[in-house]
Amino acid sequence: MKVALKKSIVIAGLGLLGALAGPAWADYSVGIAGPMTGEYASAGAQIRAGAEMAVADINAKGGVLGQKIKLEVGDDACDPKQAVSVANAMVNKHIVFMHGHWCSSSTIPASDIYNDAQIPMATVSTNPKVTERGLKNIFRIMGRDDQQGGVGGGFLAEHFGSKKIAVVDDKSAYGKGLADEMAKGIQGKGVKPVLRESITAGEKDYSGLITKLKAAGVEVVAYGGYHTEVALILRQAQQAGLKLTILGGDTMSNSELVTAAGGDNANNVLFTFAPDSRLEPAAADVVKRFRDKKVEPDGYVLYAYAAMQLFQQAAEKAKSVKYADLDKALANGSFNTVVGTLSFDAKGDLKVPAFRVYQWKGNKYEYFK
Amino acid sequence: MGQFIQQLINGLTLGAVYGLIALGYTMVYGIIGMINFAHGDIYMVSAIISVTALTLMSAFGISSVPLVLALVLIIAIAFTSVYGWAVERTAYRPLRNASRLAPLISAIGMSIFLQNMVQVTQGARVKPVPTLMPGGIELFTHAGFSVHLAYTQIMICVITVVLMVAFTGLITRTSFGRQQRACEQDRTMASLLGIDVDKTISYTFMLGAALAAVAGVMVTVYYGVVDFSIGFVAGIKAFTAAVLGGVGSLPGAMLGGVLIGLIESYWSAYLSPEYKDVATFAILILVLMFRPSGLLGRPEVEKV
Repeated sequence: MKVALKKSIVIAGLGLLGALAGPAWADYSVGIAGPMTGEYASAGAQIRAGAEMAVADINAKGGVLGQKIKLEVGDDACDPKQAVSVANAMVNKHIVFMHGHWCSSSTIPASDIYNDAQIPMATVSTNPKVTERGLKNIFRIMGRDDQQGGVGGGFLAEHFGSKKIAVVDDKSAYGKGLADEMAKGIQGKGVKPVLRESITAGEKDYSGLITKLKAAGVEVVAYGGYHTEVALILRQAQQAGLKLTILGGDTMSNSELVTAAGGDNANNVLFTFAPDSRLEPAAADVVKRFRDKKVEPDGYVLYAYAAMQLFQQAAEKAKSVKYADLDKALANGSFNTVVGTLSFDAKGDLKVPAFRVYQWKGNKYEYFK
Repeated sequence: MGQFIQQLINGLTLGAVYGLIALGYTMVYGIIGMINFAHGDIYMVSAIISVTALTLMSAFGISSVPLVLALVLIIAIAFTSVYGWAVERTAYRPLRNASRLAPLISAIGMSIFLQNMVQVTQGARVKPVPTLMPGGIELFTHAGFSVHLAYTQIMICVITVVLMVAFTGLITRTSFGRQQRACEQDRTMASLLGIDVDKTISYTFMLGAALAAVAGVMVTVYYGVVDFSIGFVAGIKAFTAAVLGGVGSLPGAMLGGVLIGLIESYWSAYLSPEYKDVATFAILILVLMFRPSGLLGRPEVEKV
């Protein structure tokens, strides 16, 4: 009896060793990372939905270079420290391509780790610094804040130049960067903002800011930051009897803004975002399948899908997933994705970035008219 | 002038909420000498419960505002008290005689657990509720600045004052209050005199949770937006309020809350919203330098 037990332990042990010794590296792992939890978790959910659909589609069509791809999901909660540990974990999982992170303040520290480990990455983070540090592994599939802020600021000066404008940010890398560029864009057209303020993201009470805006007679706010704070500011402004028009960046494309702002408050929100790829014929089929699955492909959903397409096409072009080959293919190629044709300049920024001004109308956003 | 009055109103409202949460910290500290870090999350749980209750009520077609408010308060207080009791029973009571560090770690764990539980079961998205009491009164206009008093702000201040009166009565005049104060002074002696210490501590947690529940309901109605992460910031602010007022002192917690609310609102309106937390914590440090036990706290007397 005792002997039998010992034997079975030995066999079990050997089996375990065997399992450890022969890991199957046959599949290619690709990573996505972003705020899967935390205040901005809805953006993480968009990225995840987009990437999962893309991976399923690619695998259904035979995968990449004959191999299936496997998705690894990392959660940084928009916390730079957590982003670094996610990046290290991704490196240990031997991913060959990364899509992420989402918050610029997470992407910047994490990208150093991917660069050291020689993993190419596609990101939607818009802070200029993301691509300004000379890293060769970063490709940005969205425009930059200086472009976005310039478009937004110029637009405000043109359409609302006669009103009093305030510039507000949330002190994050993304928010402050964008607000600074908006301020430049406004001043570039000869209009001077009357106030420049910062708030703390994650709080609930912005009545102090509202009182200040009201006292200064501000009617229009150029806001750099995320949608959750804008919703609260709108609600509280309404309670204080202040009518505000807010112009924000790409993050305002989140439909959570509409429900959180309450009533029809969100109709006063304008934002800059890449042209709506849901309207493009190339994306029609994918858009329809997202909607069949009850996922509205707004915000970052299609970008995550496009990032996976980018990886697949670059790998097919390079006929390899080795860093040197893949990176070269990405840097020199031009790729047809659901968000349009992507090609990159020497820094890794989009060659043809485009921003349009949108406005919320009920539950949908459309081009500002 | 208009700005000054407006910020007084805003600050008092904010301070009332901080104060109610701070009471929970201070009561628990008073009785078991431990900072209950999960308290902020208890408040978050109550806010989520009130969103559920509000949604249910609009589904049943109950539309009278006072009735809705009363029902939501009752539901939130009932459920949140159960949470308060359960947290104490599972996370703190087994560690009653362990070293001081153990329940502290357990509290932090409980806080993380509650947050993640709500995130997983309720989703990470922010939960909006329709405005229950829209509008307010325009008090006066001074130099082009109109001062607004929202109906929700009146509600928050009135409910807080009523609660404070009831609560003070409970602690100073009832037999539960006497037992609670006895346990606070000397747990061993209290148990020798026939007080069920465990039960008293349980009730204290439930009472603290009930006050946090009221704060949760009011915040839901006032700001209209709730998510699983609101407990952290509110917890830190309320904890600061408790320390500022003197941890262990009940009027101190309320005073600390109101002071922090006022400091925040005046600082952000006259100087910059950017540095309001710096101002709050700088004042906390100053107060603690000159009065280490807080504004109304009694210095700890070493028992011989």
